[in-house]
Amino acid sequence: MVLYSLTFYLFSSVAVLSALMVISAKNPVHSVLFLILSFVNASGLFVLLGAEFLAMILVVVYVGAVAVLFLFVVMMLDINFVKLREGFLQYLPFGALLGIVLVIELGILFLTDRSSNIYNNQTPLQPIVNEVENTKMIGQILYTEYFYLFQICGIILLVAMIGSITLTLRDKGGVKRQNIDSQNTVDASTAIEKKKVKIGEGI
Amino acid sequence: MNYDILITGLIIIAQILAVVVPVLISVAFLVYAERKVLALIQLRRGPNIVGPFGILQSFADALKLITKENIIPSGSNKIVFILAPIITMVLSLAGWAVIPFAPGWVVSDINVGIMYLFAVSSLGVYGIIMAGWASNSQYPFLGALRSAAQMVSYEVSIGFVIITVLLCVGSLNLSKIVLAQQTVWFAIPLLPMFIIFFISALAETNRLPFDLPEDESTLVAGFFTEYSSASFVLFFLGEYASMILMSSMTVILFLGGWLPPFDVYPLNVIPGVIWFTVKVIFILFLFIWVRGTFPRYRYDQLMRLGWKVFLPFSLFWVVATSGFLVYFDMLPN
Repeated sequence: MVLYSLTFYLFSSVAVLSALMVISAKNPVHSVLFLILSFVNASGLFVLLGAEFLAMILVVVYVGAVAVLFLFVVMMLDINFVKLREGFLQYLPFGALLGIVLVIELGILFLTDRSSNIYNNQTPLQPIVNEVENTKMIGQILYTEYFYLFQICGIILLVAMIGSITLTLRDKGGVKRQNIDSQNTVDASTAIEKKKVKIGEGI
Repeated sequence: MNYDILITGLIIIAQILAVVVPVLISVAFLVYAERKVLALIQLRRGPNIVGPFGILQSFADALKLITKENIIPSGSNKIVFILAPIITMVLSLAGWAVIPFAPGWVVSDINVGIMYLFAVSSLGVYGIIMAGWASNSQYPFLGALRSAAQMVSYEVSIGFVIITVLLCVGSLNLSKIVLAQQTVWFAIPLLPMFIIFFISALAETNRLPFDLPEDESTLVAGFFTEYSSASFVLFFLGEYASMILMSSMTVILFLGGWLPPFDVYPLNVIPGVIWFTVKVIFILFLFIWVRGTFPRYRYDQLMRLGWKVFLPFSLFWVVATSGFLVYFDMLPN
């Protein structure tokens, strides 16, 4: 129990601190690295909740793929962060408003909604251990009850994918592409041509 | 009550050491074996001075490297520069927590074992990107960019291969994956997937013919050009430890883990951990054999293979396998 709360406080405090560092770090690459640290700690919190499948998906999708591309872009584009920071005060009221709204919403959730069935029984401090693996439980609910929503998500992703491909696809002329099949089918009869060259004349 | 926590903690640390120390020692012998096998392929004698048959060569090399001066370039980003090799090393050892060596011989027998392995191997790219960026030098940076694109591409097909195996098992637990192969190893019914997984594992561990990130003929030494001494040793150890990890993953997914090839008398007396080791050594030999045989891929060819050949094929195979399993009502519960 002590170990459990200790790990919880470790993961959550590192997650919050690194999230703070994401917005306060001077170097954009450091920001992305702190973002990754925050993701990893969030997945640690999922493990503590007993949602190990979500935890692993978080690491695979966000840390293993999305953040790699983030880092890729931030490293490649030499973003001038001093210039970006000039508008800091201008955006401060808007950002503060968003933050305050979020805090109020969270407060309402925690203070008034105690009667709903989620909070009826005291929140368990131990990981929820079930007979059925939670991978299986997610599958059983995702492909039955939420089947149509799941399909709609897939279609939205497909549309986004096609959109980004059409935005970036440019067929420039003069690009030489390797055609492996045509290379493999080359033999002496098609590749070599014999010509008689007369003396004093070219071909 | 507090002593209980202490004892549990000590047992966990002992278990971790019992896995990590043999892995590190086997890395040393893997390096030796690689040099010997490459030498035999090229009709040379290989290391033969330090110890009998040169067997202590890797220990001598490690000692030499560690006693050298650790140079940190003045233009580098120092914290990230030092963190990069540590992350590579830690990630290549972290995956061993879920590997079952024999029935019950596993540090942490979690439900989502294969997902954990996949996650850890997909994190491996960070050590390389961070090293390339923090060095603040052109060759390492190019190596890091190549590595990022390459590892993301090949992870996709590895993911599909894992899904195919999971369809046949019905669980993400590594021990259950092994036990599901008691009748037949998955390498036989899923042979094309086994080959795709092996080739993607080569790309994922940056081994030849896909070692573009450290392409020495164009990029000096790729992402670790600026590294010296102990930090270089960490990269080296990390690369070989993740090679052994990927081989263990191949063995668990396709070659029946600790199971003997046939459940008959003289074979099933041999302990499971020996079968596991023999199979891992076989896959590692394939890694070295490929290195000694094939020339390096060109970068566009590498990308073509990953996205235009492996991805469609493995996607097709996932659909075909699930269709087959549903049609013949063979889906596991």
